[in-house]
Order: sequence, then C-alpha cells, then structure tokens
Amino acid sequence: MKPFDEYSKQLKNYTLQQQPDPYLPVEEYFTCQVANMGSVMLPLLNGWYVHKDSHLTRYENGVVAGSLKAAIQECPELVDAHLNQLAAEDKDDLTASNETQYTDGIFIYVPDNVKVPQPFQIVSLVNSREDLLVQTRNIIHVGRNAELSLIQCDDSSKYGKTFLNIFTGIFLEENARLHYYKTENKEAESLLFHHINVYQKRYSFFLSNAITFNAGYVCNNIHVNLNEPFAEAQLYGLYLVDKTQHCDNRIKVLHNCPDCKSFQLYKGIMDDDAEASFHGHVVVQPDAQRTNAFQTNRNILLTDKAKINTQPFLEIYADDVQCSHGATVGQLDDEALYYLRTRGIGERSARKLLMFAFANEICQHVDIQALKDRLSDMVQRRLDGELTICDQCMMHNADNGHLIFPIDPTKL
Amino acid sequence: MLKIENLHVSIKGREILKGVNLEVNAGEVHAIMGPNGTGKSTLASVIAGKDGYDVTEGNIIYKGKNLMDLSIEDRAREGIFIGFQYPVEIPGVSIANFMRTALNEIRQYRGLDPLNGAQFLKLMNEKKKVVELTEKLSNRSVNEGFSGGEKKRNEIFQMAMLEPTLSILDETDSGLDIDALRIVANGVNQLKSPDNATIVITHYQRLLDYIVPDVVHVLFDGKIVKTGPKELALELEKRGYDWIKEEYEQRKLS
Ligand SMILES: Nc1ncnc2c1ncn2[C@@H]1O[C@H](COP(=O)(O)OP(=O)(O)OP(=O)(O)O)[C@@H](O)[C@H]1O
Ligand SMILES: [Mg+2]
Repeated sequence: MKPFDEYSKQLKNYTLQQQPDPYLPVEEYFTCQVANMGSVMLPLLNGWYVHKDSHLTRYENGVVAGSLKAAIQECPELVDAHLNQLAAEDKDDLTASNETQYTDGIFIYVPDNVKVPQPFQIVSLVNSREDLLVQTRNIIHVGRNAELSLIQCDDSSKYGKTFLNIFTGIFLEENARLHYYKTENKEAESLLFHHINVYQKRYSFFLSNAITFNAGYVCNNIHVNLNEPFAEAQLYGLYLVDKTQHCDNRIKVLHNCPDCKSFQLYKGIMDDDAEASFHGHVVVQPDAQRTNAFQTNRNILLTDKAKINTQPFLEIYADDVQCSHGATVGQLDDEALYYLRTRGIGERSARKLLMFAFANEICQHVDIQALKDRLSDMVQRRLDGELTICDQCMMHNADNGHLIFPIDPTKL
Repeated sequence: MLKIENLHVSIKGREILKGVNLEVNAGEVHAIMGPNGTGKSTLASVIAGKDGYDVTEGNIIYKGKNLMDLSIEDRAREGIFIGFQYPVEIPGVSIANFMRTALNEIRQYRGLDPLNGAQFLKLMNEKKKVVELTEKLSNRSVNEGFSGGEKKRNEIFQMAMLEPTLSILDETDSGLDIDALRIVANGVNQLKSPDNATIVITHYQRLLDYIVPDVVHVLFDGKIVKTGPKELALELEKRGYDWIKEEYEQRKLS
C-alpha cells in the first residue's frame, strides 16, 4: 500500500472542473434500471449536482436533499456545524485537498423522528475527455430516531483518466439508523479515494456495505467514531479485482465510550496481478468498558502474482471487553469441493459455486431486497466473467461491452 | 454392477485396506459392518474417488469400467452416490442451487436436456416427500446449521434427487431418532429397484430391520473376513465381534 502523499502528488496532473456541465435531463441519463429499487435519485456528474431548477429539494416530511453547495447557501444552520467539525479533524493530504477544493456534493438532512420510506441513491458519474479531477464532499445527517437507507453508485463512463477524491461526513444523532450501500464500478484508468468520517451518538446504528466490482485504484477509508454509549457500527466490504486493479480498505473504529459494538467483515477475491489490502484498526479507549469489537478479513488469491496485504489490528486500553480479529488468505475448502463433486458437479462449476458463496455472504447484509438480488446477480456475473460493472445505468448502456475482465476460478 | 478385487489402499503410506473383495449385483442390498476404524468409510471414499487414498493393488470395476480412470464427478454421473457419515456444511450454497447444478450436470453428461426451473421445483417437491421433508429448502445452505439427524435426512433427499445406480450409505442411521430412522429407511426402500444396488454401512441391526440386506459382510483389519445372510447381523448384535476376531486370527495361524 502506497502512502497517500504519493497519490496526492498526482493531483496536479488532473484538471478540476470549475463549472457544472450544462444541464442534462436527469430522467434520461440518470435512470437506474434495477427493478423495484424505488429510489430517489441524487445525480452527480463530474462531481456537480445535476439539477434543472432546484438545487435543493425540501420534502414534505422535512427531509432536505440535494447539492451541498446549495445547502451551504440556503440552510447554513443545518450544514455549518458539520463542516466546522470536519475542518477540525486531522487531515491527510487528500482529505486536506478535498476540503479546500471540493466543488459540490450531496447534502442529506433527515429530521428527528423521520423514517425515510424509500432509499436515496447517489449516482456519481464521470464522463469527460479530459483527465479529470473530481473533488466531492457529502454531508449526511440523520436525526434522533430517524432512519435512512442510502445507496451510492460510483460509476464512470469512457474517455479520459479520472481522479475522484470524495469525502463524506456522516452524523448520526441519538437512536438514528443509517444503512449505506456502495457499489464501485470504475474503469481501469481511474483513481477513486473515498474517505468517510462517521460520528455516532447514543444507540445509533451505522451499517456500511461497500462492494468494489471494478477499479483502477480504489481506496475506501472509513473512520467511525463511537462517541456515546450503545452505538453500533457494522462494516462490510467485498472486493473483486483482477488484471492490475488495486483496492485498499482502511478502517478505523474508535470506541470512545463504554457499551458500544463494532463489527467488520471484509472479503476479497484477487485474480491476475491484482492487489488489495485491508487495514482494520480498532481502538478501545480506557473507559470504553464492555466493548464488543470483531473484525474479520478473508481473501482468496487466484494466482501467484495476485497480492493481499491484510492487517487486522486491535488496540485495547480497557479491560472488560470482547474483541476478536482474524484474517485468512487461502483457497477454497477442499472438503466442500469434494462433497460437491461427489454429486456430479464438475470441478470448475464446484469452484464457482464456492467462490460465489464466499463472495455472496457480503450481499446477504443488504436490507433492500431489490438491491440484494441485484448485487448477488452482479457478483455471480462478475465471477462468470460476464460483467465487470453495473450495466443498469443509462450512462453505461451507451458503451457496453468493452470492459470484460473475467475472474477465472479455474486458476485456483 | 460393482466388482472389487483384492483392493489395497494406503493413506499417507499406512495400509488401511488390505485386500478387499466384494461383488454387488443390481437389485441387491449389502450391509457392511465391522468395528470402528477398520476401513469401512475408507472403502466408501475410495469408491467416491477422494484424494489422498492410494490404491496400491487391485481393482474396482463398476459397470464394466475401471473406476480409477474416472474423476470424482464422472463417477457420480455414472450413478455412484455416497451418503456420507459426516456430511460437510457449505455455507452460502443453497440446497436448491446445489441440487439443480448437480442434476443438470449429470443430465448433460448423459446427453439429456437440463431441467428448467419449474420442472426442477416439481421434482424437488416430489423427492422431499421421500424423506418427509416439509420445510423450504430453496434458501437454506447445504447442511449449514443442520442437526446430525437433519444432515442424514438431507443425504437421502439428495439420493432421491439424483437417482443413483449404486448407493453407499455410510452410517446413515447414526444420529437419527427412532422416527427419523424409520423415515430415512423408508425413503431408501422406496428408491430401491431391480436396476440399482445399495451398500449400507452400519453398526446396528435396527437399521437392517427396515432395510433388509441380501448379504452381510464384516470388515475387519482392512479385509472382508466374513460374509453371510441377514441373520449374521443379528448374531453380531448378540455376540459382538470377538468371535469374528478369533476366527480370523485362527485362520491366519493355520
Ligand atoms: N484422512 C486420513 N488420514 C489418516 N488416517 C486416516 C484417514 N482417514 C482414515 N484414516 C484411518 O484409517 C482407518 C480406517 O478409518 P475409517 O474411517 O475407514 O474407519 P471406519 O471403519 O469407517 O470406522 P467407524 O466405524 O468409526 O466409522 C482409521 O485408523 C483411521 O484413523
Ligand atoms: Mg466410518
């Protein structure tokens, strides 16, 4: 894993788009064709919120959603405190450059006691002939006893190289619940950094499930701050990489107070020369008694050249805690393979079944049925070599078919 | 159907089977009994084609073919089924998907068209009745979280689905309660036909009360040391294995 400053040095090779593109009809270009999603679309094109008239929508139930830049203008009382809190944090080069350079991003405010009935879906597309730098900042606020499901699709269309540097601040009030699902469908030429800071109050619940289907270089950073008792964070991730793709997951969970729970399960399959890393760091502060913290990272390498660097790491300063961590790098279960074959299933299919089962475990931790089915299907087809990126975006349908890099299970 | 001649098998250099001879014909039920650790499961594994078992001498001929030339999956496709003593759990692979893949690969091997979803579900519902399974299997993973008895019942369900020619049931009765034993044995009997054969490996007569064997063999010290009619099982139940061991030792001496 290269340090961030190596990447931040490359920022200057990319052009930041200073103005939004001319208006694009959202319905035409930003349609998610996955059946029964019923989501509310929040479109980003090259880092800018796409809109016709209204930058910011105020829903009847009090939810405010739309462009962060617009929110800063129109409702600073909802935004400023959060921005200030983020500004006070330690920063690495990339988060610092995001803070000074971000052009726009998504703002979602869910007021107290509102359970948002349909998921919100951020679709972030990049489509440019230039080597584009996209600096996006998102702020998500979920109020007391409120609930939100958020889907984020990071996609890119053809053309130049892109460097995406995304920063998301998530603020969960007492007993708030946020389910945050991400799919990363980037092409080989792209760099995608996504840094997420989560601040959780009493009894709040945060679930993150990030699936990397295809990437040039992807780095998912999640910093969870469990700041009040009985908060819980569940973090899931899956990375399916081949060719020379690279995916890092860097997790930091701070148990700052007693009685909180955190759970991490990250899985990956690496083929060809692909590389991945998992850094899971859990800090249990001295007074964070009765902490439950578990982390697991499981990997399958399909070639000798594929690499995984896994570092689960628990740093515990309290004594009354239940914590565990574990990492495996390996092959499929021989006994299971044998059992399948004794039923007449050929070795290749048996391996595929087991690989799918391995990967699909992550898809099981999705609460939106339509999304779960879709993700399972995509994982299956990714492993079958039929698909590398989600093909249900209008933007992708235009240039389908040239991004097929199958993961080959026979190489096991 | 199955002819095993002078079969010697070693695991990691240690000889486990030391010259097994066995012939099974279509329509027959054979029971194999014998003390723990004498090689009964080893015999089943060698027939299945498991890795790590070296056949140092002898042959297994099945339907005129040398089994050693066939891969694990091709043996199954030729109609061999093993009901395992310890079925493995496979999290994340649903029983339905598992069986559908298996069935369709077997059908493809035999030049038959694959079953479509509706045909498959219909078949699965029919076969569930064989072992009186009532729960939905479509979203349960293979053996995951199953009790010992449920795993055994699931083995016979798979046997019903795949309709093998030669089934080897390794201690299918162990872990079953009295009702489940009857259900599982009934299932095996329903599947019996003049064209297929079954080998049941067991320690107890009670299974053989239901699945009545034509022949009973005793495997001891890596060999079949005694073969007799179904009454032999009753005698073993009464007298244990000591007299068999003595007979065997005396024969060795003379
Ligand atoms: N994979 C293995 N590695 C090493 N030894 C093995 C292996 N499998 C079996 N054995 C040994 O081979 C011998 C025969 O084992 P097997 O499981 O065939 O016995 P069995 O007759 O089925 O016994 P039981 O009635 O207890 O099921 C035993 O001594 C066992 O320890
Ligand atoms: Mg045994």
